[in-house]
Amino acid sequence: MSELLQFLFSGLTVGAVYALVALGFTIIYNASDVVNFAQGEFVMLGGMITWFAYQAGLPLPLAALVAILATAALGVTLNKLAIEPARGAPVVSLIIITIGASVFIQGAAQQVFDKQIHSFPAFSGDTPLRVLEATIQPQSLWVIGGALVVFVGLWLFFTRTLIGRAVLATSNNRLAAQLVGINTNFVMTLSFALSAGIGALAGVLATPITLTAYNVGIGFALKGFAGAMLGGMGNPKGALVGGFLIGLIEALTAGYLSSTYKEAVAFVVILLVLFFMPQGLFGSKSTERV
Amino acid sequence: MTLLSIEGLGIAFGGIKAVHDVSLKVDPGEIVSIIGPNGAGKTTLFNMISGIYQPDSGCVLLEGEDVTGMAPFRLASRGMSRTFQNLQIFQNMTVLENAIAGFHLQERGAVLADLLHLPSSRRRARAAEAGARALLARVGLERAADREAGSLSYGSLKRLEIARALALRPKVLLLDEPAAGCNAVETEEIDQLIAEVAASGVAILLVEHDMKLVMRISSHVVVLDQGEKIAEGAPAEVSRDPAVIAAYLGSEEAAHADG
Amino acid sequence: MPRLSAKSATLLVLAALVVVSPLFFPSGYYYRVGALIFVNGLAVTGIVILTGYAGQISLGHAGFAGIGGYACALAPVHLGLPPALAAVLGVLISGALAYLVGRPILRLKGYYLAVATLGFGILVSMVLNNERQLTGGPDGIIVPDLGLRGLLKDWGLNISNGEFWYFFCGIALLIGAWIALNLRQSPTGRALRALHGSEIAAQTVGIDVARLKLQAFVISAVYASVAGSLLALQNKFITPDVAGFMHSIEMVTMAVLGGAGSVLGAILGAGVLTLLPQVLTVFAEFEQLVLGLVMMLMMIFLREGLLPSLLRKLRGRDE
Repeated sequence: MSELLQFLFSGLTVGAVYALVALGFTIIYNASDVVNFAQGEFVMLGGMITWFAYQAGLPLPLAALVAILATAALGVTLNKLAIEPARGAPVVSLIIITIGASVFIQGAAQQVFDKQIHSFPAFSGDTPLRVLEATIQPQSLWVIGGALVVFVGLWLFFTRTLIGRAVLATSNNRLAAQLVGINTNFVMTLSFALSAGIGALAGVLATPITLTAYNVGIGFALKGFAGAMLGGMGNPKGALVGGFLIGLIEALTAGYLSSTYKEAVAFVVILLVLFFMPQGLFGSKSTERV
Repeated sequence: MTLLSIEGLGIAFGGIKAVHDVSLKVDPGEIVSIIGPNGAGKTTLFNMISGIYQPDSGCVLLEGEDVTGMAPFRLASRGMSRTFQNLQIFQNMTVLENAIAGFHLQERGAVLADLLHLPSSRRRARAAEAGARALLARVGLERAADREAGSLSYGSLKRLEIARALALRPKVLLLDEPAAGCNAVETEEIDQLIAEVAASGVAILLVEHDMKLVMRISSHVVVLDQGEKIAEGAPAEVSRDPAVIAAYLGSEEAAHADG
Repeated sequence: MPRLSAKSATLLVLAALVVVSPLFFPSGYYYRVGALIFVNGLAVTGIVILTGYAGQISLGHAGFAGIGGYACALAPVHLGLPPALAAVLGVLISGALAYLVGRPILRLKGYYLAVATLGFGILVSMVLNNERQLTGGPDGIIVPDLGLRGLLKDWGLNISNGEFWYFFCGIALLIGAWIALNLRQSPTGRALRALHGSEIAAQTVGIDVARLKLQAFVISAVYASVAGSLLALQNKFITPDVAGFMHSIEMVTMAVLGGAGSVLGAILGAGVLTLLPQVLTVFAEFEQLVLGLVMMLMMIFLREGLLPSLLRKLRGRDE
């Protein structure tokens, strides 16, 4: 029993990271129909930049803020320089662009930082908290709490603010949104900034537990995508639930089956979802316009 | 037996009924036209009949068999063929290749034969090419055969799409605004082509905005407004129907007022 | 003057390159580089079929190369198969896996294939890294000799190991290119290019889109598998890197650099990106930076790739 609880805790912790990545996918996907394969790199950058700034002498909270802002700026740059010029390009070209961006950012991180594995101190110390018969790291609570706060924040933003509603309108019908005077370019910029910032936040929160290095991004991308797909592509609630589920399945696999092959979970889930319910848990059937 | 029969077809998008309870029939050699103001649901109806949308209610019968919601490629092999309002041309291929693609069901064969360029593969490809060239000649595009499809004029692309649809030797042909964007001469040519095809025994279902064309060639006209059938009958009858005049002229006047 | 078909022209150019290039080799080492270019060219020809013809993308094709390579290492030892048959076994396994993975995915939008293949590639490379007893883990494993060169020697044809693999891979590439070019102008190839142009229209002319995409995926997986086998056999050694994510990315980049829609173009791309690290030793350091940049720049500015864009320019000047 205590073993199971322990696995559940660790599953919720990584699941929260995947949920944040999945939310990042969802924001950009809804705004533009683009699946941004560089999403995982934002997580990597969040961790790496924080580490770098912290090494350079900045206090941790400030270092984290710098990392989030810098990554958000990079997300906007990515949109301006690589996604916007290719508007209307076939899906395959957009995939190649964003995966190219992912590989490029990895390469740049290798040069700017290094190839080592890094970490920085947990926010509230390392003393594990006892819950029932298991223990949980205080940092885990930061990660899980972070995912929930971001989700609620996004929900308020999209339903309660004018800008958020504009983004939603654009995702429903780009042309109509333009016709009623919504600046869709601004919506795209905002979506990339938000999505990159959230990715970086995930990196900041998770690094004390999961550690970081230049090449961790692609794994996060794969698992975040699996979460988004399991929940139903484009559905924020689905992204949250899907991300947590992937984390839980992974932790249980690692605990009861094999810690090596927990990495296979994302791939297997993707295949199973595709086989049995392509719309995911919360997705609706979509009708392509002709 | 009726060749194509549609019974009570309906679909809703996000709670809004785009098409509701529409029925119609087309027999071989007949030209049935669907008219109605913009947004009346004509293209949506076409998309349901041709298997692109899954209808929420009703059914489509082809030669008496229920083919509702069947995948478009299966409908093609059962003799249904169509063109599109906003053109679906293979822009990455030549004009000739576009026409040959229409012969897919006749020219397809073992993949291995295609990979190894076996005689059987060459024979199939040659036959399809000959057929495609003949069709291009029929629509007046034989001299453009080797051009990239993307380089043709709008009117020529419309004819290319019709040629490609005819390549299937369809029993039922769905034409979605074949004359849209064409000049008077081109419209005349398309008009003749449609009449010829119908005369050869093909059942034709037509969506068209050009009223003169519709009145000239249709054997039967169905009028849609806001997703529902409001009238049908011979062209002359329909054009006198008060409900049609109200729906149609109403929207025409509105359009004029806007412009 | 009878005009040369694009297919014959491509094959002639390739054959000439294979035969003439050795005259300019500064040292025997370049036979090895040449053979490497041919192997990569073969893998990338498979990408041409999948991406250039059918408009689909795989981010895990190196997984199939890994299967082809490790089949040549493992099947002779564990199943007693001769290496050539081991390569055939690799092809069968790769084809079957491509079919199983591709079947549910190819009914859906393009990025699902990208993600699923990405996961597939990572999975294969993980198995190769972790099943140490079988695969030797990250250190790699020895691959038995193909034995053909010995046979040739018995028949009186004595060539160096470098020369043998150069010409053997050159011939393999020519056959692979011939098949890909056959496909292009065949009914199946036309249907693939049609669904690339418009899936909706392809459906309405009776093309079973999902089935054809699956065929293209399986065929291209077979190309990658054969390339992996050739690589393993000529190196007589193989490591899990062959199945790694970066190898998949290399394949895609080679194709889009030269031109994914053109067999010759893609092989040119393979040539450039294979030669680059040989000429510039610092390249290895910046490989990811360069590959990522090439992918983005090509898709934004020169979507057709180098060779088709160049040919279009030349043709434009003629008229």
